[in-house]
Amino acid sequence: MADFFTNTGFGIVLLTVGQVLLLVVPLLVALAFLMYADRKIWAAVQMRKGPNIVGVFGLLQSFADFGKYIVKEIVVPAGADKAVFFLAPMVSLVMALIAWAVIPFNDGWVLADINVAILYVFAVSSLEVYGVIMGGWASNSKYPFLGSLRSAAQMISYEVSIGLIIIGVILSTGSMNFGAIVAAQDTGWGLLGWYWLPHFPMVFLFFISALAETNRPPFDLPEAESELVAGYQVEYSSTPFLLFMIGELVAVVLMCALVTLLFFGGWLSPIPGLPDGILWMVLKMGFFFFIFSMIKAITPRYRYDQLMRIGWKVFLPFSLAWVVLVAFLAKFEVFGAFWARFAMGG
Amino acid sequence: MISTDLAILLPEIFLSLFAMVALIAAVYTEKDGMAGTLTWAASAVMIAVAVWVLMSGGNDRTAFGGLFIDDGFARYAKVVILISAACVLMMSQEFMARRGLLKFEYPVLVVLAVVGMMLMVSAGDLMALYMGLELQSLALYVVAAIRRDGVKSTEAGLKYFVLGALSSGLLLYGASLTYGYAGTTQFAGIIGAAGEGEMPLGLLIGLVFIISGLAFKISAVPFHMWTPDVYEGAPTPITAFFATAPKIAAMGLFARVLHDAFGNATGDWGQILALLAVLSMFLGGIAAIGQRDIKRLMAYSSIAHMGYALVGLASGTEQGVTAMLIYMAIYVTMNIGTFAFILSMERDGRHITTIDSMRQLGSREPVKALALLVLMFSLAGVPPLLGFFGKFAVLMAAVDAGMTWLAVLGAIASVIGAFYYLRIVYYMYFGDESLEPVEGHMSPLTFGFLVASAAIMILGIVNLFGVDGYAAAAAATLVN
Amino acid sequence: MTVADFAFYVAAFIVVVAGFFVVVSRNPVHSVLWLILSFLSAAGLFVLLGAEFVAMLLVIVYVGAVAVLFLFVVMMLDVDFAELRGEMARYVPLAALIGVVLLMELGMIYGAWASADGVAVAGSLGEITPVNSPNTGLLGMVIYDQYFLLFQVAGLILLVAMIGAIVLTLRHRTDIKRQDVLAQMYRDPAKAMEVVDVKPGQGL
Repeated sequence: MADFFTNTGFGIVLLTVGQVLLLVVPLLVALAFLMYADRKIWAAVQMRKGPNIVGVFGLLQSFADFGKYIVKEIVVPAGADKAVFFLAPMVSLVMALIAWAVIPFNDGWVLADINVAILYVFAVSSLEVYGVIMGGWASNSKYPFLGSLRSAAQMISYEVSIGLIIIGVILSTGSMNFGAIVAAQDTGWGLLGWYWLPHFPMVFLFFISALAETNRPPFDLPEAESELVAGYQVEYSSTPFLLFMIGELVAVVLMCALVTLLFFGGWLSPIPGLPDGILWMVLKMGFFFFIFSMIKAITPRYRYDQLMRIGWKVFLPFSLAWVVLVAFLAKFEVFGAFWARFAMGG
Repeated sequence: MISTDLAILLPEIFLSLFAMVALIAAVYTEKDGMAGTLTWAASAVMIAVAVWVLMSGGNDRTAFGGLFIDDGFARYAKVVILISAACVLMMSQEFMARRGLLKFEYPVLVVLAVVGMMLMVSAGDLMALYMGLELQSLALYVVAAIRRDGVKSTEAGLKYFVLGALSSGLLLYGASLTYGYAGTTQFAGIIGAAGEGEMPLGLLIGLVFIISGLAFKISAVPFHMWTPDVYEGAPTPITAFFATAPKIAAMGLFARVLHDAFGNATGDWGQILALLAVLSMFLGGIAAIGQRDIKRLMAYSSIAHMGYALVGLASGTEQGVTAMLIYMAIYVTMNIGTFAFILSMERDGRHITTIDSMRQLGSREPVKALALLVLMFSLAGVPPLLGFFGKFAVLMAAVDAGMTWLAVLGAIASVIGAFYYLRIVYYMYFGDESLEPVEGHMSPLTFGFLVASAAIMILGIVNLFGVDGYAAAAAATLVN
Repeated sequence: MTVADFAFYVAAFIVVVAGFFVVVSRNPVHSVLWLILSFLSAAGLFVLLGAEFVAMLLVIVYVGAVAVLFLFVVMMLDVDFAELRGEMARYVPLAALIGVVLLMELGMIYGAWASADGVAVAGSLGEITPVNSPNTGLLGMVIYDQYFLLFQVAGLILLVAMIGAIVLTLRHRTDIKRQDVLAQMYRDPAKAMEVVDVKPGQGL
C-alpha cells in the first residue's frame, strides 16, 4: 500500500491531493471561526454584543454568511472585462492558499519542505497584489480603479521592507527553510532564544508591514469606506466577493504564521522543559490574530501619503541598515551565536 | 586573493568612490551650489588619475580571472579618455553655469561615465564589456537630456536612449551567440574557439552582431542615424564630451574585442570594418556639406573621422592599431579645440550655432580665427598639420596590409571632406559683411584650450610629442 | 512519462501559448496578464531544472515588481491601441518579409551548427542533479567571488540609473505646503494652546 503512494505516478498525485485537503479543509474551517472571533473582538472593544443569533453565542454566524453569499445573485457591471473580473477573486484566494504549502505546523509537518521556503512565501505574497489590481481594473468603475492603484503601490512598497527584514533572519540562520529557522531558535533558553530578541526592532517593523501588506487597518486604504466606498471590491457581490474576503483573511492568518515562525519560535515551547508541539504554533498564531483584530478595532486609518512616507522613508532605510548591522554581527559572531545561529554547531 | 585583484582596479575604484563621495557631499550640503566646485574637483581628480595610470606602467596584469585586463593598450586609452574628459569638463563649467545647467549631478555622471569607459577598454570578457558599456551609455543618455525643459535636449536624450538600447540589444544578441558557440564569455577562451582555420558560422554571426552594436556606439555608417540629432540637441559642452572620450572608449573596445577575442580571424572582420570605414568616410564627408549648423557639421565630421580610425583597425595589423590610436589622440585634441570655440559662439547672450554667424571673424578676432583656421585645416587633413599625419598613418597601415583600394578611397573621401572645413575658413575671412556677426565671449581657460590645441597641431609635427611611441607600445600589447 | 516530465510539458506548453497571446491580445492589459502567466510557467521550468533560487527570484522580481509596474502603466495609458494596430497593418508585409528572412537565417545556422570543442551543449544538461543542491549558496559563491567585479559594476549602473531618474524628473515645488512630521511630533499642548478665562458678558 505504501508503495502505491510513493512509487506510482497516480499514487503520488493522490497522496499530494490528500495532503493538500488535510491542510486546506481545517484551515478554512478555522477561518470561519477566526472571522467570528474578529467580529466579536471588534464588538467587545466597542461595547457591542457582536454576532450572537446563529448557533450558540453566534458561533455559526460565519457559516450562515457563507451560505448567504453563495446563494445571492452575481452582478457583473456593464462594460466590465468579464474574464478578468472573475479571474481576480480566484487569483486572490488561490495565491493566499498556495503559500501555505511550505508553512510547517510542527517539526516536519509540512506539505513541501523546500530549500527556499521563505522566498516562496515572499514570491507568492508578492503575487497577491494581482487579485486586487485585476479586480479594480476589470470592474470598469472609478472607485475600484483608484482603490486598486493605491493597493498596488502600498503592497509593493511594504514588500520591500518585509523582504529586507526576512533577509536579517536568513542571515542569522544560514538557511531559507522554515524548519531550519525554527530549529535555529531552539537554544534551550525557551522564550529567550527566539529571534524576537536578537532581531528586536524588526519584529515591530515586520508586524506593521504585514498589516500594510494585507490591507488591514490602519492601512486599509484600498477599501477606505469613507473615500472609496469599498475600494476594489465595490462592484463585487456574492461568491466572488466571498472569495476576496476569504483570500484576504487567509493572507492575514498566513502573516500570523510567518511572525510566529520567523520571530517567535514556531512550535517551540516558550518554557524550557515543556514539550514542543503544534499546540504552541496554533496558540501563538491565535495570539497574533488577536492583536491584528485589536489593532483593527482601536487604530484610526492612515492617510495615503503618510503610509507611503512610513514605508519608503522610515521602514526601508531602517530595515536596510539593520541588514547591514546583522550581517556584521553574524559574521564576527558578536555575543557568540546570538546573531549567528548557524555557528551553533547543530 | 581578492585584494590583489582590487589593487589592479585601484584607479577605477578611486574614481567611483570620488563620484559617490561627491554626490553625497553635494546632496547633503548646498546641492547645485556645489556644482562648480565639483566640476573642478572632478577634472582635477581625473587628471590625477590619468597621471597615475600613465606612471603605473609595468607588466600586463589581469584581475578577477581575466575579467579585467590592465595592459599597455588599456592604459594608453585610459589616459586619453581621462585627459579629454577632464578638459571638456573644465571647458563646460562656465558655459553650463551661465545657462543654469550646472547641476551637481553633471560632474558626477561624467565621472561615472568615465569609469564605464575605463572598464570598457580593460574588458577581458563579454560580460565585463557589456557592463562597462552600459555604465557609460546610461550616464551619457542622462547628460544628453540634462536640459530637461528643452525640447531638443530631451529629444536628444530619448533618441540616444532608444537607439542605444537597440544597439545594446544587438550587442547582447551577438554576445550570446558567441557564448553559445564558443562556450565561454572570456576573450581568451573565444580566441581559442575562433580557431586558426574556419570560424564556426554561429560565431561569425555573433561577431557581426557585436560589430554592429559597437558600430552604433562609435556612430559608423550605417549605424550613425542618431549622431546628428543628438549632437545638435544636447547642450554644447555635452556634445563636446560625446565627440571625445566615448569615441576613444568605443574604439578601444572595438580594437580589444577584435584583437583579443577574434584576433585569429582578421580576414573575416577586416572586410566588414573596411566597408563600415568606406561608408562612414564618404557619408560623413558628403552629408556634412549641406549642414548649416556647426554642431550637426561636427557630428558628420566625427562620423567621417571614425571612418578613418576604422581604416586603421580594418587593416588588422599592429601597425593599424598604432595608427588608430594615434589618430584618435589627434582627433580628440582637434575636437577639444574646435568645441572650445563653438562654446564661445553667441549673440546677444544667446548661444548660436549657425555657420553663417562666423562671417568676418577673421577681421574682428584674428587670433581666434587663426587658431580655428589651423584646426579646420588639421581636421581636413591638410599636409603640414598634425591631422594630416593621423590620416597618413591609417592610410599607410591599410596600404601595408594590402588594402590599397581602401587607402585610395580614404584619400578621395578626405578631399571631399575638405570642402566643408574650408568653407568655414572662407566664411571667416571672406564672408559677407552685411550679416550680424557672432560675438565671442570666451573665458581665458577656453581660449587657452583653443590656442593650445591649435599650437599642438603645428608643433606636433616635429615628433608627435612622443605619442606615437606610446601608441606603438600599446598596440604591441594588444596584438601579439 | 513521469510526473516531472508531465510538469515540464505543461509548463513549457503554457510558456509558449501565453507568449503567443502576449503578442496577439487586442487589449494591452490582457497582454501583460499573459506575460505574467508566461513568467510563472518559466519559473516552473527553472524549478524543474533544479534552480529553485532563480525561479523564486524570477517570480519576485519580474512578476511581483516589474510586471506590476507594467500593469500600472498600461492601465493608465490612454492610447488607442486599435488605431495603433491599424497603423501597424501597413507595415505587416515588410515585417513578415524580415521575419521570414530571419527565420531562414536561423534555420541556416541550425543546419550548420558546429560549436567549438569542449563546449557543453544542451545534451549534457541532463547531468545536473536537482535534488538538494544548495544552489543559493553556489550562486552566492560565484556572484560574490568570481564575478565580484561585475556585481559591483551592476551596482554602479543602478546608481547611475537612480541619479538619472532624479536629475530628469525631480522638481522641487516651492508653492505647496508640506507636512513636517517632526515639527508635528514635537508640538505639544503647552505650545499650541492657550486657555483663556473668559468672563461672562465681557468677551475677549
